[in-house]
Amino acid sequence: MKKKNGQLLQGNEAVVEGALYAGCSFYAGYPITPSTEIAEVLSVKLPERGGTFIQMEDEIASIGACLGASLAGAKSMTATSGPGFSLMQELIGYGVISEIPMVLVNVMRFGPSTGLPTSPSQGDVMQARWGTHGDHPIIVLTADSVPETFEMTVKAFNFSEKYRIPVILLLDEVVGHMREKITIPAEGEVKVVDRLKPEMPPEWYAPYADTNTGVPPMAAFGDGYRHHVTGLVHDAQGFPTAKPEEVVSGMDRLFSKISRGFSEVCITEELYCDDAKTIILSYGAAARSARDAVETMRADGEKVGLIKLKTLWPFPKAALEKYEKSVENIIVAEMNRGQIYREVWRVARGRWQVGKALAPYGNMLTPDMILDVARKVTK
Amino acid sequence: MAKANVKRKVVIYRDWCKQCGICSTFCPTGCIVKEEDGYPFPRYIEKCIGCRLCELRCPEFAITVEEWEKSK
Amino acid sequence: MTTPNRIILDKYLRHNKKFPHIWCPGCGIGIVLAALLRAIDRTGWTKDEIVLVSGIGCSSRAPVYVDFNTLHTAHGRALPFATGIKAARPPLKVIVFTGDGDCAAIGGNHLIHACRRNIDITTVVVNNYIYGMTGGQQSPTTPEGMKATTATRGVIDQPFHIAELAASAGATFAARSTTYHAKELESFILKGLEHKGFSLVEAISQAPVCFGRRNGMGDPVEMVKREKELAIPISKTAGMTFEEKKDKIVTGIIEEREAQEWTDLYAGVKKTAGEE
Repeated sequence: MKKKNGQLLQGNEAVVEGALYAGCSFYAGYPITPSTEIAEVLSVKLPERGGTFIQMEDEIASIGACLGASLAGAKSMTATSGPGFSLMQELIGYGVISEIPMVLVNVMRFGPSTGLPTSPSQGDVMQARWGTHGDHPIIVLTADSVPETFEMTVKAFNFSEKYRIPVILLLDEVVGHMREKITIPAEGEVKVVDRLKPEMPPEWYAPYADTNTGVPPMAAFGDGYRHHVTGLVHDAQGFPTAKPEEVVSGMDRLFSKISRGFSEVCITEELYCDDAKTIILSYGAAARSARDAVETMRADGEKVGLIKLKTLWPFPKAALEKYEKSVENIIVAEMNRGQIYREVWRVARGRWQVGKALAPYGNMLTPDMILDVARKVTK
Repeated sequence: MAKANVKRKVVIYRDWCKQCGICSTFCPTGCIVKEEDGYPFPRYIEKCIGCRLCELRCPEFAITVEEWEKSK
Repeated sequence: MTTPNRIILDKYLRHNKKFPHIWCPGCGIGIVLAALLRAIDRTGWTKDEIVLVSGIGCSSRAPVYVDFNTLHTAHGRALPFATGIKAARPPLKVIVFTGDGDCAAIGGNHLIHACRRNIDITTVVVNNYIYGMTGGQQSPTTPEGMKATTATRGVIDQPFHIAELAASAGATFAARSTTYHAKELESFILKGLEHKGFSLVEAISQAPVCFGRRNGMGDPVEMVKREKELAIPISKTAGMTFEEKKDKIVTGIIEEREAQEWTDLYAGVKKTAGEE
């Protein structure tokens, strides 16, 4: 494929480009603002490439169809916003316990309920972490620009395939609808990961057996490896079990396969952190304002740095702990009532003063709003 | 009535049988009867016409009807 | 010639699963599952190309016992998963095994939309008029006046007639039979499997513990007798009023017609899109 020189794309269109680059061949979805463009564009592009687009009757059906398609071997994706994300929660847990790769994009809008459907917000951070019932591991990624949306969409597919888990890409309305210049990388330029397939004879195949990575190879339905998939706690063969030793080993493996990959999965970006006394921590659209605020303060000679989260969950606490000695203050800048702030406060355990600059009314967090908070701290 | 030179056997797998009584009640010829211990038994096997209804209606996969030609 | 049970046992049951199965003594789900397996055997399909999908409930425990690609999903969601599988890999033979609560209550919206799409999936619904796994609550098919743990004074809601519901939602094959009519049931399931498009076979079944006992219907044998007595072939229902048919079990093929199937139509979409 020839490298396309810069195009002007919307964040939602960058999701489409990232998904296609990563090999997505199945999309099932239900229209909802502000994510609908993803479905519209994929309905055109997927069949052109031999993939399948299907509009389902609701969001529950959408994620169900994606999980089914993934079991049949397709890299699958759905996209939604808050209300639809709430409906999908039960089956996110199904995907986690049955270890089915798929990507779920939530272009966040202001809630609860119908809320302010066209206003930006980052209010689903905790729902993305804890929305489905029961303790579970999850990977949640985010992005603050159109090129980064492309990058993180490819990563979302890669992680879901590598770790056999649904991956949530949490965007916000600003990033989803904003247009920026982006150059789509040529084929092969960015790594694309495919799920591991079994190589052993079918009679030896155990779809949920432990391996050296904790991630078992995954056969698709129809590949000749007949097996059972269930949302019940299951043994290595996939059959339901309530035997304590099998429950322990099965559930522990679900968590450990992700924790073994923390260093790869937890992605952050830093700016001016080396000598910083104050760090502004932000993500998504809010991180754009945070960067602007940091640049302004640096120009004023303040020792301020930026940590931008590209992974929200598992929370990249190692990125903060690096600065245990040098940093005094952390200010969390986000567009909700402090969902990541609480996590940073938990991780801080008194090591830093933790402050917050929030935009909790469906409004954009501006550089000035962050500067107001940061200047009080650095005074 | 089926062919005269055919011999039949009704095998009931007691380990899987839950004694629901469907096979014996609906056996059209009275071949299978419910025994005192509650399990069905093909007591009158000579009456079996090989209709296999007991097998089809057994919820437990616990009945197999077998047929073979009698050697002359 | 019907497939002998010995072949069903050898070929289709999972030998590493514990038998007898979990269903109550005399419960009809095993009869329906056996009918499905015999019908599958008659299609000549290989086990590797078959995917058996279920939701949650008593009937939905069936897939674990049989040696296909089997998928036990969440409550009510068998059809969305099945739709995803079929749409992503059309050569697979996708069969849904579900119950009245799973398919007509929590999964009711998915059911009518799967019918509307006419996607090539065969759905076998075990209708035993009750939620068995949770202990006997009213289902969307419980007949009016019958008792359930959540309707101890009798059900006041009208029941769904699943096969007719499917037909009016666009299913191109819909049929109903009972566990008493096991041979007919098998033949309807076979027709459903071989039908191109969305097919649904409703199997009226007995739930002796959770439904029969509470409604004074006696033991499993009495319940199966009742199916025999109430059953009336659709050919004999001409001229009958709704009230006359209400307490009967109308058996037979409710709908059978040809229409373009979803994955075929989508293959056309792909072809057109690829040429543009």
